[in-house]
Amino acid sequence: MELELKGITKQFAGVLANDDVDLRVAEGEIVALLGENGAGKTTLMNILYGLYTPTSGQVLIDGEPLELLSPADAIAAGIGMVHQHFMLVPVFTVAENIVLGDEPTKKLGWLDKSRGRRVVREISSRYGLDVDPDALIEDLPVGVQQRVEIIKVLKREARFVVFDEPTSVLTPTEVESFFEVVRSLKADGKGIIFISHKLGEALEIADRIVVMRRGMTVAELDPAETDEEQCAELMVGRPVDLVVHKEEARPTDVVLSVEHLVVLDDRNRRAVDDLSFEVRAGEIVGIAGVQGNGQTELVQAITGLRSALGGVVRLRGEDVTIKSPRDIHKRDVAHVPEDRQKSGLVLQFTVTENVIMDTYYEAPISNGIQMDWDAARQQALRLVDEYDVRTPSVDTLVSKLSGGNQQKVIVAREFDRDVSLVIASQPTRGIDVGSIEHIHGRIVAKRDDGAAVLIVSSELDEVMALSDRILVMFGGRIAGEFDGSATATEIGLAMLGSQGESEAS
Amino acid sequence: MTDSGPPPERRPSDPSARKREARITGVGTSLRRAVVIPALAVLTALIIGGVIIALTDLDTLSVWGSDPMEALRLTLSGVGNAYKALLIGSVGSPRALTETLYAATPLILAGLAVAVGFQAGLFNIGVNGQMHIGGMAALWVGFSVALPGIIHIPLAIVAAMIGGAIWAGIAGLLKARTGAHEVITTIMLNFIALYLVDYVLTTSAFQAPGRNDPLSKPINPSAQFPTLGDFRVNIGFLIALAAVGFVWWLLYRSIIGFQFRAVGFNPDGGRYAGMNVAWVYVGVMAISGALAGVAGTTQVLGLEPYRGISGFAGTLGFDAIALALLGRSHPIGVLFAGLLFGALRAGGREMQGAAGIPVDLVLVLQALVIVFIAAPELVRAIYRIKTPEEETGVTISTGWGG
Amino acid sequence: MTSTAVTSEKSIDRRATSEERRATVIGVALVILAAFVFWVFGLGVESGVTSLFNLSLPGERFQDLAWEVNSRWLAFLVSAILAFLGGFVLRKSHLKRTNLALAIGLGLLALAFLTWAAAGNSFSLVGMLRSTVILSVAVTLGALTGLMCERVAVINIAIEGQLLTAAFVGTIMGSAWGIWAGLIGAMLTGAILGAVLAVLAIKFRVDQIIAGVVINIFALGLTSFLARRVLSEAQDLNTPGSFPSLKIPILGDIPVLGTMFFDHSMFVYATFILAIVLHLGFFYTRWGLRSRSVGEHPKAADTVGINVYRTRYRNVILGGVIAGFGGAFLTLSQVSRFEENLTAGIGFIGLAAMIFGRWMPLGALGAGLVFGFARALQQKLGILGTPIPSEFLSMTPYIVTIIVVAGVVGRSRPPAADGKPYIKE
Repeated sequence: MELELKGITKQFAGVLANDDVDLRVAEGEIVALLGENGAGKTTLMNILYGLYTPTSGQVLIDGEPLELLSPADAIAAGIGMVHQHFMLVPVFTVAENIVLGDEPTKKLGWLDKSRGRRVVREISSRYGLDVDPDALIEDLPVGVQQRVEIIKVLKREARFVVFDEPTSVLTPTEVESFFEVVRSLKADGKGIIFISHKLGEALEIADRIVVMRRGMTVAELDPAETDEEQCAELMVGRPVDLVVHKEEARPTDVVLSVEHLVVLDDRNRRAVDDLSFEVRAGEIVGIAGVQGNGQTELVQAITGLRSALGGVVRLRGEDVTIKSPRDIHKRDVAHVPEDRQKSGLVLQFTVTENVIMDTYYEAPISNGIQMDWDAARQQALRLVDEYDVRTPSVDTLVSKLSGGNQQKVIVAREFDRDVSLVIASQPTRGIDVGSIEHIHGRIVAKRDDGAAVLIVSSELDEVMALSDRILVMFGGRIAGEFDGSATATEIGLAMLGSQGESEAS
Repeated sequence: MTDSGPPPERRPSDPSARKREARITGVGTSLRRAVVIPALAVLTALIIGGVIIALTDLDTLSVWGSDPMEALRLTLSGVGNAYKALLIGSVGSPRALTETLYAATPLILAGLAVAVGFQAGLFNIGVNGQMHIGGMAALWVGFSVALPGIIHIPLAIVAAMIGGAIWAGIAGLLKARTGAHEVITTIMLNFIALYLVDYVLTTSAFQAPGRNDPLSKPINPSAQFPTLGDFRVNIGFLIALAAVGFVWWLLYRSIIGFQFRAVGFNPDGGRYAGMNVAWVYVGVMAISGALAGVAGTTQVLGLEPYRGISGFAGTLGFDAIALALLGRSHPIGVLFAGLLFGALRAGGREMQGAAGIPVDLVLVLQALVIVFIAAPELVRAIYRIKTPEEETGVTISTGWGG
Repeated sequence: MTSTAVTSEKSIDRRATSEERRATVIGVALVILAAFVFWVFGLGVESGVTSLFNLSLPGERFQDLAWEVNSRWLAFLVSAILAFLGGFVLRKSHLKRTNLALAIGLGLLALAFLTWAAAGNSFSLVGMLRSTVILSVAVTLGALTGLMCERVAVINIAIEGQLLTAAFVGTIMGSAWGIWAGLIGAMLTGAILGAVLAVLAIKFRVDQIIAGVVINIFALGLTSFLARRVLSEAQDLNTPGSFPSLKIPILGDIPVLGTMFFDHSMFVYATFILAIVLHLGFFYTRWGLRSRSVGEHPKAADTVGINVYRTRYRNVILGGVIAGFGGAFLTLSQVSRFEENLTAGIGFIGLAAMIFGRWMPLGALGAGLVFGFARALQQKLGILGTPIPSEFLSMTPYIVTIIVVAGVVGRSRPPAADGKPYIKE
């Protein structure tokens, strides 16, 4: 049994996402699809799953073309997909999510809940995917949610399973268990496509590697005969420096001091639970950890976007725990938010308007009552030039820029002054390698200028590359502290925290 | 988002021309595009209105059975008469023109009130109630004191602005503190205001002596809006024009307006940038309410018999929403939309008098216009126009808040 | 996903959570109300005066049931209980019970208020309770309509317009072809307007609130226009009959409760049954699970093969049918003719009831009864001749709505995708 995508082309308005792509997967084979953000991998898989229709090209199983107009068609053809952003309804139970669309019912459409639970337990025990059918999805840790997604796919008797960036939300140990599951699926005769931008993992698990770049397949490799450097170069089109070059840090005074901080999340649970640490001028402290362990709430509390329930935050000795975002900003703090489209930018504003979002109320942009748009444009022009933002003009709506350029606008805005503290949350999520290099360089430059830098990232590679000191966050607390010589394994262990307890759900 | 750069732009290449364009109509739209759809919307609405007129002409309907040709002639002439009356009543004579301006005045002001709200992402459906409260405040100043007109009128207007601002501010405060959605709160406040006005008009402080019904004392002549000669149009229109200018300056030149628009597009982004979103909501509603209050004064200080009566705001609140949508929430757009609707009203009265068509048809026409404005694809589908890339219709709401 | 750590109180400095702040506000409010009741309702009435609550209506099986109570002492009792509740809430030992305490407190306040208003008089309590049920129907139906739509993530502001137009059509068709024709016509009208909303919101992705407002304006204009153009000339088109009252045997004879619940036109029974059926439907059937998934996470529903668009169309149109039913109720049962602006905001009160009921059908029913009570109160107080001016009484339902919406919205969660159009690439 073989699945083939032949000559797939997909044109969106103004963008050619897939350009005559060929891909083949056989039963019992694991193919890794590599490419950086925007290379067209997800588009390709969405076509395979019936969410998009290709502009031209075909999908075939054993030479027979398939008509995939909706996910229902793909499911019927035996194609299953585990999405990067889980397709789970948070307020439903595990069982409800798994049976959705194919529910066991009694008369009149009445749900047969006990049969549903049974189905879940059957699959769960067969593949070693431990879940509680009656647990609410929103209460489950991410690693367990992923298991639910996998069970969903298996229930529909998929013969080909596509995993879209499955390990981005897992700790290193969870990644290992995940690979075990994948291997057992392979042993069961399933064909697997594994989409990733994580080179090391692809090399470890795949039988074959396909590299995509700018919508085209550029190479097909045998993992045994290649390495990370070659793959990276193929992904980007030029030799890529995977290492961030920075000098030894020379930390001086304490700039940021967090003491016994307690912060509640939106559901009134302790997201940050008695956390303490310091960041000094001239050093980069990285907070590693899988998303959902309180990092978001921590940054919000430090920057004044969320009130802390207890504890103290100090900037250069001053207690700023209850200060507003504006007050914190005025104390020379730069904040690159983790969700650039939600918090960092106003998408319907122009580049100019976004650039002045933090200076609109001060001279020279305004005189207290009225805006000086000429001055604003001058500023925008200067920053666009300095920070290499690719945009047709400063009057372009920022929604039209690519992710990397949007992030550069934010970085330009935040870094354009002398700051004593930089907080960057997921600074390079979802952007192209070129922009990543640029932004990393800016961060290191700020450190060398004497700022204290706090990085929060769920990409362990990024944290390890940038940080002088690494803190691991788990369950709202610091689970480990490491310096530049630590290995990924050591840090990964710390990311477990008391994982044994939380997995028993 | 991919890396191949943004799609090619279809706008004038000369940067200063683009800048000028952006200033007039608001960033992101071209002048032509901003006018074509509304114009077509109005045209389509008129056509459908004609159909409704024809279908509800009970007398003529019965003739279809016996003599179709005659019935067709009667129908067409009926519709023709109606629209001819509409035209005559609105622009057919100098008097008609002044009637149009006169009718447009409160509409423009009320439309500005709603437009300001929309720009900040808020639905102010409560213009009716704010007009009532503001109008009552102006009324009270009108008959309580006697000052030279130069002082008396501005004083009354300020009172109206304060009244309207407070009434709207309640909804703004509720939204800021509790997340209560302003659609429901403002509508509820409308009803409350209506009854409050009814009550107040029967108190001894307000009620005309010797009357039992809700009718207020007359205001002092010094508070009446001076009219232009023999016509009904008065300085209210000039006030409306001034308001247009003010709102334009507020939204596109002032710091406050920048915050309004930022929060309107993305409250999270605004919060992150240090803006106090709660205060923005209150401020927007207050300014919106103040404008509505001024609209209320036109019904009290600028209208015979210069007294307050029950429900004097009429349907102006809803018309204002239509205006704001038609004008795409831009002050200049609201001005033109207000003139248009003023023409419809002035003409509508003539239509009722001369051709016997109830003036409520104008309401129907307005509603149709909004439908087409809010769904540009609908108009495009009817007239086979291509969709430009940015256009996706007007989207403001994202749920109940809280 | 987040911390499962022990939540013991540590010795670090702790600020109050929002729950605790709310408890403070409510606790203090209860204590103030206790004082108010004591002062105004207790001391404000002469001692020895009684309020007589009639518990049976003429024509019932069990006659002359009444409850006579000493006005003053009842007020004192209520005051004491309110103070106790206030103290309980302020102690914050059981934060989850704050809302329950508030509900009990408000209920007792209403009782004290009625007692005071009826001091020295007699007052048909059972009549008011019966009115509560009748006046709740339109609100509940509006809430159920809103719920059907919002559970699939379509905000329906147009309920008011649907009720109004359906009432209008119901009147005309009822006058011309009988009450059943009127009913069917009304339900069809509701469905059609629902379809219009659906098309605007789903196909053309118009902002849902704007679409709703537009439909309302249109409905108001069209019905007023037609009422004047057509109905004023053809008067006989405005005299539909009305559905008769049906008393359920045995159950209808139970004192108080029987009159309250079991002696109404079929609209009332249908409403209660509908609420139960919808509740079971949404939470126990396949239809309900799929609908809710579309409302919470349409992308997820799409990826398992559920047709998001079709589900939304279907539910919104069904919601329209319910609104149509409500419109028919207004002209074919309560008032037997159509008047301009007959609905006067009921559609919006229905939305508030939906929010109050946490987007659940049985909750909507309960909330509808609360609003029905507010409206019944307004009516009855007018008859009683209290010193409160009638205009203020008319405001009651609207004020109650604001309080409900302000107090409840932030606390409960609407369906996650509420208001967002679904875009399939």
